[in-house]
Amino acid sequence: MPLLRIRNLSVDFATASGAFRAVDAVDQDMETGEILAIVGESGSGKSVSMLALMGLLPWTATVTADELSFDGHDLLNIAPRARRKIVGNDLAMIFQEPMSSLNPCFTVGWQIKEALRSHLGLNRKERHARAVELFEQVGIPDPEKRLSAFPHQLSGGMNQRVMIAMAIACKPKLLIADEPTTALDVTIQAQILDLLADLRRDTGMGLVLITHDMGVVAETAERVSVQYAGQKVEEQPVGALFATPHHPYTGALLDALPERATEKKLPTIPGVVPGQFDRPAGCLFSPRCKFANDKCRSTPPPPLGADMGYARCFYPLNANERIAS
Amino acid sequence: MSDAPVMQATGLQRHYNVGGGLFQKSRVLKAVAGLDFEVHAGKTLAVVGESGCGKSTLARMVAMIETPTEGSLTLDGKPVRAEDWADLRQSVQIVFQDPYGSLNPRQRIGTILMEPLMINTKLSRADREAKAREMLKLVGLRPEHFDRYPHMFSGGQRQRIAIARALMLDPKVLVLDEPVSALDLSIQSAILNLLLDLQERLQLAYLFISHDLSVVRHVADDVIVMYLGRAVEKGPKAEVFDAPRHPYTKALLSATPRAEPGAEKERIKLKGELPSPLSIPDGCPFAPRCWKVQPKCRAELPRLRGQPHGAACFFPENGTYPE
Repeated sequence: MPLLRIRNLSVDFATASGAFRAVDAVDQDMETGEILAIVGESGSGKSVSMLALMGLLPWTATVTADELSFDGHDLLNIAPRARRKIVGNDLAMIFQEPMSSLNPCFTVGWQIKEALRSHLGLNRKERHARAVELFEQVGIPDPEKRLSAFPHQLSGGMNQRVMIAMAIACKPKLLIADEPTTALDVTIQAQILDLLADLRRDTGMGLVLITHDMGVVAETAERVSVQYAGQKVEEQPVGALFATPHHPYTGALLDALPERATEKKLPTIPGVVPGQFDRPAGCLFSPRCKFANDKCRSTPPPPLGADMGYARCFYPLNANERIAS
Repeated sequence: MSDAPVMQATGLQRHYNVGGGLFQKSRVLKAVAGLDFEVHAGKTLAVVGESGCGKSTLARMVAMIETPTEGSLTLDGKPVRAEDWADLRQSVQIVFQDPYGSLNPRQRIGTILMEPLMINTKLSRADREAKAREMLKLVGLRPEHFDRYPHMFSGGQRQRIAIARALMLDPKVLVLDEPVSALDLSIQSAILNLLLDLQERLQLAYLFISHDLSVVRHVADDVIVMYLGRAVEKGPKAEVFDAPRHPYTKALLSATPRAEPGAEKERIKLKGELPSPLSIPDGCPFAPRCWKVQPKCRAELPRLRGQPHGAACFFPENGTYPE
């Protein structure tokens, strides 16, 4: 049984101008100890689907799914009290902005010990010892002293380490990292990504990495799921995705990377991501796709099989090479 | 095209006094501590570095928003003095990172574009409008966008508007402060193409400030790597990227994730973090994080040596420190 199993997950937001579908029929499986990356541009619903899993969406959101199970628990119809037992314990999340995720009024030590108290029921002395141990584990120098620091006294990289320490405090089975390094400098980003990969190796937890940075994906992930306008358009192991993308969107995104450019003029994707009012009837990518025809514009393509990376496309790229080989 | 640089900076410095509370003496923060560079017409000089290295302060000095504490800046061979700013600003324009914050939400696009002309030129209203409409076309926007408000545009289109506004006064130098960092990948490539296209057509000199090395590698002609207010390495793009001399440049390059799964690479892990700019260590500022540090590095400040490709390091990679 997979650690995480999502079937046909959709999230609708009630807005003043009508319903807006942020996540559209997403399927996702995840095994223990795996690193899955979810990539997509802003507005592709990559964060929202994971927030739905955590139960952290506001009341304006309606979550529907055929299945939403984590480690044997049905998270779709779970009571709030039972959910709180799992979230923060077996299922933890770190966010993009470490500065704004921490409470500025309390020391970081107080905040990490709060998590230890409410989930593990350790006494004061045990909490302190465990907090020091966790800070050491995430590479914070001089942990005894840092426990009494306030978030504003620490740098962005240090705060992100505190967030990670807090998230792994209860030895989660699955850690969701939502753009964990986007606000950080590259040298610090490298440190944090190494730390996450090391923690995964040492603890055997699963790691979901939500990002828009193809470089981070290539260096960290094992399996990649590409989202576009709320839909999962493709999923492949990382090597295959970069070598033979099947969905034209993935292909165009990879071509647009400056480091893959062969000439001065970069290939571009015309148009913008469809919004609330200009959602196409057929394939969501069809208005921007250079291969689109009338069929694409009128009929939404269903996901293909595993050999085609579950691509939602009638005419997947690199299809012949697969058949030939 | 002549070889004379459009803009030249010598020993440029900017200090700030910070602190100075009830029980504290104020201290001097050297945001930019001595920088020399030249920008040529039709060329791009890229400045890279991590947050707090002084690259935005540099942009503000070049755009004449801040006065340099020390050092001089010349534009077309003439010195830039605070008294002449009003005239000279026409030749140096700036595009900011966040296209959501840099456009007035209550002005129509047409007004935004015409405002620089209204303030700086004596053109008639009809001429101003004609020029604004022409500029709109140049940056790839449609004529009907003229009467719209900024909220009706996507991030990429807003950045086009910001670029159009910067070009209204026919500047010679365009300062681009992280122009594509806030944009999605699919939009980023279109804006980079636009910038390269405009540069070629108008022979603009770009001062391109960015932390994204893959973007810099694509657009730059020359590169300056900054660390704590100082240039640690300077040179033509190909040489800096292929044969970096300063250990910091090497670490920065190795830390940048490459979109190539399974690529073999040497990852240099830097210890620690950027020191506070208020307590920059004596000697080489990079010494506390450097993996090949020697006693000499802690005692003495290495100067940027070597032309055209130089590094401020006593023990550089791929070369030696000229005594």
